[in-house]
Amino acid sequence: MINYDEILNSSVVNIKPSGIRKFFDIAEQMENVISLGVGEPDFKTPWHIRQAGIDALEKSKTRYTSNRGLIELRKEISNYYKRKYKLKYSAQEEILVTVGGSEAIDLGIRAIINEGDEVIIPEPSFVCYVPIVKMAGGVPVIVNTKAENEFRLTADELKSAITKKTKMLILPFPNNPTGAIMERQDLEKIAEVLKGTNIIVLSDEIYSELTYGDKPHTSIAQIDDMKERTILISGFSKAYSMTGWRLGYILCPAPICKQMTKIHQFGIMSSPTVSQFAAIEALKNGDEDIATMRAEYDVRRTYVVNEFRKMGLSVFEPKGAFYVFPCIKSSGLSSDEFCERLLKEKKVATVPGNAFGECGEGFIRVSYCNSLGNLKIALSRIKEFLKENKNG
Amino acid sequence: MNKKLEKLFKILEEDARYTPADIASMLGESEEKVSELIKQAEKEKIICGYKAIIDWDKVSDVHVTALIELKVIPQKNLGFEEIAERIMKMDEVESVYLMSGGYDLSVTVKGRSFKEVALFVAKRLAVMDNIESTATHFVLRRYKEVGVKLIESDKDDRGTYSF
Repeated sequence: MINYDEILNSSVVNIKPSGIRKFFDIAEQMENVISLGVGEPDFKTPWHIRQAGIDALEKSKTRYTSNRGLIELRKEISNYYKRKYKLKYSAQEEILVTVGGSEAIDLGIRAIINEGDEVIIPEPSFVCYVPIVKMAGGVPVIVNTKAENEFRLTADELKSAITKKTKMLILPFPNNPTGAIMERQDLEKIAEVLKGTNIIVLSDEIYSELTYGDKPHTSIAQIDDMKERTILISGFSKAYSMTGWRLGYILCPAPICKQMTKIHQFGIMSSPTVSQFAAIEALKNGDEDIATMRAEYDVRRTYVVNEFRKMGLSVFEPKGAFYVFPCIKSSGLSSDEFCERLLKEKKVATVPGNAFGECGEGFIRVSYCNSLGNLKIALSRIKEFLKENKNG
Repeated sequence: MNKKLEKLFKILEEDARYTPADIASMLGESEEKVSELIKQAEKEKIICGYKAIIDWDKVSDVHVTALIELKVIPQKNLGFEEIAERIMKMDEVESVYLMSGGYDLSVTVKGRSFKEVALFVAKRLAVMDNIESTATHFVLRRYKEVGVKLIESDKDDRGTYSF
């Protein structure tokens, strides 16, 4: 008999399973659950984008592409960044098309991190950074962002986390789960700390198109002297509602891109071809789709924030992504208890804030990727839950 | 038009049962302001009414709907207006549209049987002055009505949880 414990890779074995596993199991046994627990848009992929995918299939465009992705797609990505952010990236040397933003994060970390290198990770944040850093042999250094700063990363917090071993800063804004954004002036302060160091920024901007309010998203690569030290990651999942197409990309300096391409080449070969053709259409003709979806998200966002405030929960106004991150400490319950009981008693699925880092304890992540009608029902159930809990 | 007003109409068009308090919350406005905007839009006949969408096929089988294409000889100075107005006043008529293309007026008529609707067309519409021809198409099944799907479709295939 093989003792698998002895043969398995220890850094993989030591990764903790997801804390919300038990919620999956509970929800699976239930009917009529309204889910505010998902990190994916409820909109369909716009038809013209799907049509481009179908066209590719009809024309039998189903071979491998170049490792870095179709050059037409890389050119469109390059055009998009020039058009939206006045950033110039070479389609030939500085862009790599990946299997979703997730692969891009993996490549970014693996291409930079040596055994023992420290990676600064602001939390609460997406769940993959810590495990990927650990699997790459790096050491995660967690910075707890704070509700009173609207969960932005401050220069002081960053400074106090930097050591001689710091190799990378992960900058996950607009943020999942908090909905926090970093505006230009916030990024300038971060840039001040980083200039003159060799610290690379891995800027996960997958939610960049979902930024609300008057000011558009700013990338840290737009700040003076930052482009050369930034690995910019984005993709099609959130902006164009294309989660299942599995397509993301990386923009970064050529020497880094070259090394990442090796990992991608040997691990993946090339990203899905049909998806790449659909993505070209998305970039060429998808601006209006984004605007329509963003306007719809914005109404929901305003609604959910206002309703939570009416319930007496403290919640800051999230200006990005599609999440609201209310504080539930006043209920006297832990995040875990709150979400478990809300699911069991009221059939509303939300994710405990501490699933995104310990400092998320006392908060819950509420995704507003659901119709206004469902949000209304879910919010009234949460209101009932809070009331019953108070009386009980 | 004012963006906020446009959003308000879209919300009401989606579901007219949202209360002014709901809409205020969605738009980040006061409840009073929303009530006032709605009242004003009702007065200006921008909001023309509130109705439920009923799937009558589930209620009984004595409901028939037909789309009738009318070719009309337009009248001097009046065009199609006069005849359209006369048709829209008939109780059996549910909608009247002036069309581009192969015919002029599209009229939706409701009745209790095929015969009743056919007779209505023959006796009331076809005989009107300036009607050149009619073509009656009966509705056999309704799949979607004013944006609402009447048959089960599009189940949310996303999971309950994802990061």
